[in-house]
Amino acid sequence: MRDFLRNPAGLVGLCLLSIVIGAALFGPWLAPYDPQQFHPKTRLQGPSWDFWLGTDQYGRDLLSRILNGAPSTVFFGIGSTALGVGVGSVIGVIAGVAGGRTDSVIMRVLDGLLAMPELLFTLLIVTFLGGGTTQAMLAVAVTFAPGMARIARSSVLSVRTREYVMAATARGESRAWIVGREVLPNALGPIIVEATIRVSFAIMIGATLGFLGLGAQPPSTEWGLMVAEARQFMFRNPWCVAVPGLAIAFTAMGFNLFGDALRDAFDPKRSR
Amino acid sequence: MTLAYLLRRLGAIVVVLAIVTVAVFGITMVLPGNAALMILGEHATPENLVAMERQLGLDRPVWVQYGTWVWGVLHGDFGMSLRLSLPVAQVVGEAFWNSAWLALMALAGVTVIAIPLGALAALKRGSVWDLVIGLFSYVGTAMPEFVTATLLLILFASPEWPVMPAGGYVAPSEDFLGFLRHAILPAGTLGLILMAHISRQVRSEMSEVLSSDYIRAARLKGLRGRRVVWRHALPNSLAPAVAVISLDVGYLLGGIIVVEEIFAWPGLGRTLIYALQNRDLPVIQAITLLLAVVYALSNLIADIIIAWLDPRVRHA
Repeated sequence: MRDFLRNPAGLVGLCLLSIVIGAALFGPWLAPYDPQQFHPKTRLQGPSWDFWLGTDQYGRDLLSRILNGAPSTVFFGIGSTALGVGVGSVIGVIAGVAGGRTDSVIMRVLDGLLAMPELLFTLLIVTFLGGGTTQAMLAVAVTFAPGMARIARSSVLSVRTREYVMAATARGESRAWIVGREVLPNALGPIIVEATIRVSFAIMIGATLGFLGLGAQPPSTEWGLMVAEARQFMFRNPWCVAVPGLAIAFTAMGFNLFGDALRDAFDPKRSR
Repeated sequence: MTLAYLLRRLGAIVVVLAIVTVAVFGITMVLPGNAALMILGEHATPENLVAMERQLGLDRPVWVQYGTWVWGVLHGDFGMSLRLSLPVAQVVGEAFWNSAWLALMALAGVTVIAIPLGALAALKRGSVWDLVIGLFSYVGTAMPEFVTATLLLILFASPEWPVMPAGGYVAPSEDFLGFLRHAILPAGTLGLILMAHISRQVRSEMSEVLSSDYIRAARLKGLRGRRVVWRHALPNSLAPAVAVISLDVGYLLGGIIVVEEIFAWPGLGRTLIYALQNRDLPVIQAITLLLAVVYALSNLIADIIIAWLDPRVRHA
């Protein structure tokens, strides 16, 4: 933990994440205005004393909208990643533990799914499921599963031949016990690290889907959707696209830095 | 890198692509909406629908439809677009080259800029340069394409200061300079994000190489600093950089979808979004397959380059 805090990237990541999580937990209560309230006389304004981050094309307060969008953005990122990582890890662990033909069949199918660029795969699934936040979340989870399965499998494989596993086998422990008590806990590290970094991808893909009109629907305060809606007015007031855009970058960067630092902490060889 | 290795890799690619055809066909099969209904519109009579389904071959078993589709694809026949009444091969072919130019410009720019930047950051570790490059790469990887694109538009295409066109396309055969001008912002968007990613990878590879024993040995031997960097360190950190670039091609192929949509660039991405919105199944199938093929081939090419750069792999 001390190593983690000594790493400047980790420290910055932790700070960014605390702000983001704070906004996600308390944002809707901290917001100075109702995020949907129109202020017709103060449309498309820059930051001022009344509106700290400016207003959009209907005069809605940008700060309030960002704060209200924070919980769903963070929930989207963590939720879709957790789902994808969960399903993927189960598949990967099955492949890694079973080995043999089961393993090679699963791996070939995963190769096929991974041969499609991520965003393309997500778009196909969203089109199949229909637009909307829940659908977008499921789509991101499905997209993440094959990659996570591969990481989980290689993690299991690297643990499976360690001495302590062989010792357990020699002691005559049951297969289920070995997998549950020896292999899984030790294979978990790389999975957690990858998952943290993936949250930032999930948030970016979610925002992109919102931007393309395939995720959250108006008048939602989803940040990608906010950029899409304000795009027509971006030359009159750059704030109304820059604020949600940078909020996405801020959040994604928090998870990114945190995940990188986590990886360095898990793997001392890399932290130089 | 023997011929047998190459053949084995090609064989693996064929297997992967076969799985991709099943996946693509499966996904488009379960998409809601029926092609016959698409063509005839909502008010079609049931008899007409049945007739149209028969004409399109939708009444046959799924595996027969799949076989027919794959057979056609192998002969370069991707069917007819449901919405544009043009052969899919023609629609996708034109879009492919437009996208290819964009992607190649982004990749070329990135390779020329990102690798030296990463190397510089590794050589001057802890300096202001390192910090600036590191900061840039962290911010760059955290911005989705549409955010970068929108910010670039505000900076370079505002009505008060229109340095670049805000979108659109000019055929290179008509006006080559105009073509380049229209390509700069979309290619720049893709390039900035790739650059952020690649320069960081090159930096970490390079610093690993710089602290390795053979670089220490070269220094102790009394070689000049510049020679150590150019002859010993850089070539050894290039192979991982190529590996990263080839992985980023997958990212690039996804990014192109959003960037083309924003800048109204008539490439594969824009065509794909149009096809998805209109449920133009043959077009969706063709583009997905094409992108998977490009991705697989770029990985193969990267492996060949890596083997050529790294004698240990070459002779393995």
